[in-house]
Amino acid sequence: MNARSTLFRKVLVANRGEIACRIIRTCRRLGLPTVAVCSEADIGSLHAQSADEAVVIGGPRATDSYLNIASVIDAAVATGADAIHPGYGFLSENAAFAEACASTGITFIGPGVEALRAMSYKGAARQIARGCGVPILPGYDGPAEDDTILAAEAARIGFPLLIKAVAGGGGKGMRRVDASAQFTRSLAAVRREATSSFGDDRVLLERFVVDPRHIEVQILSDGQGRTLHLFERDCSIQRKHQKVIEETPAPGMTADMRRAMAGAAIRLAEHVGYRGAGTVEFVVDASDGLRQDRFYFLEMNTRLQVEHPVTEMVTGLDIVEWQLRIAAGEALPFVQDDIACSGHAIEARLCAEDPSRMFLPSPGLLQIFKLGSSNREIRIESGMRAGDTVTPYYDSLLAKVVVRGADRAAAITALAQRLSEMEVSGIKSNLALLRRILGHQAFADGQVDTKFIERHADVLLGPSA
Amino acid sequence: MSDTKVLSPLKAMVWKIEVEIGQAVDEHDDLVILESMKTEIPVQAPAGGIIAEILVKEGDSVEEEQPIAILRSAP
Repeated sequence: MNARSTLFRKVLVANRGEIACRIIRTCRRLGLPTVAVCSEADIGSLHAQSADEAVVIGGPRATDSYLNIASVIDAAVATGADAIHPGYGFLSENAAFAEACASTGITFIGPGVEALRAMSYKGAARQIARGCGVPILPGYDGPAEDDTILAAEAARIGFPLLIKAVAGGGGKGMRRVDASAQFTRSLAAVRREATSSFGDDRVLLERFVVDPRHIEVQILSDGQGRTLHLFERDCSIQRKHQKVIEETPAPGMTADMRRAMAGAAIRLAEHVGYRGAGTVEFVVDASDGLRQDRFYFLEMNTRLQVEHPVTEMVTGLDIVEWQLRIAAGEALPFVQDDIACSGHAIEARLCAEDPSRMFLPSPGLLQIFKLGSSNREIRIESGMRAGDTVTPYYDSLLAKVVVRGADRAAAITALAQRLSEMEVSGIKSNLALLRRILGHQAFADGQVDTKFIERHADVLLGPSA
Repeated sequence: MSDTKVLSPLKAMVWKIEVEIGQAVDEHDDLVILESMKTEIPVQAPAGGIIAEILVKEGDSVEEEQPIAILRSAP
């Protein structure tokens, strides 16, 4: 191995916090010089200090710094970086940013602009998925807007279903209908709300899956004809649509179900000419166990995911390394059968929030922050240290704790053990919630779905003992 | 008449002001939407009344317990 990599001259990491630190770590292992960017609020932060160089790119607000395309590109040009890794969030799925990189002669470490754009509109992504035989939720998104036709479609889809404004978003213009008798009244209500909020009263209908599981497939494509899957992740334990615990393999996963889900994910990726690492997310109706005819396309994330480390723990692959190699033009040198899933990995997200006050964010000074160290079976991913201030400007993620065990029970035991040793003070965190989830019998039994935290709220969210 | 200070529940940024001075509001109406850690946090009227003062503007940073509006209600 050469000490200096030939992949790129220098990589700028257009992100902050734990993910910036994690990307810099792989770059360093590969002999790639790195540039960090930071906002004025992040001067002196761990990610800025971890890179070979750091550039202050603007004010504390993300729109003035991490989301400012011109500032990020300027920092790359000024430092001579020839590649940008966007991490997750911020500019990672921004087609205009990918284009700005290309026009400046900088490699954007991610998919091509067209694939990125194709997956960025949910309605369009649903149609692309259907076009290549990826299951989507039964629904109606045709041109008819006549009440009688829609009522007939609703009866065909079955109840409960969702009426969604086609122009909707952010939870607005959406209504659950449990029986046909309510349909006409609910349709009128959604149309009123859609007209006043979006100036567009068109709707689509979609079956509503009660208490689904969320299972996603990690894929890796070299853009040269080889697309592989790196198994699935179960991300069903959520609060307010935010993932809290992720694991792989998914509890109860069968070889047939995995083949069906991974096959669908690969088909979609190939169909849009995907290149790099990506994740295809599915909603799974597991009311009758995991069944091959009960999973439905939700969306594709065209970037690195927060929870990618669980996949790395069981496959031994460094996904960031392969993002870099693929972006530099390398072909994948291994085939599907070379990738094995060894053991079981679980990630817990430690966040600055107060579960007893409806997950109210909790900025402030981190007085005590003891997470323990990483080892072969435990990864601690954090961009924070004791004495750092958690600001209100960015997300609430303090750290990810990722463990691998020989099997699921061993992984739960190891993660519970580490969580019990951790100490956070100065701000409120969800540490007690994480401990209670890991200690809950329903979790041990693999009884996970997106309603888990709400269903067990009395045990999980009460005041700390 | 009694004046109530409506306080910010946390350190945050003022994202949107939903009311005007002199406006009548009901209990639980949203007065101001704060933003902290990518989360929107509505600050609601603790009771019905009239907005007597708005003490912040959009884009401001506020501290925990900082007064953000004054609500005048009938005794």
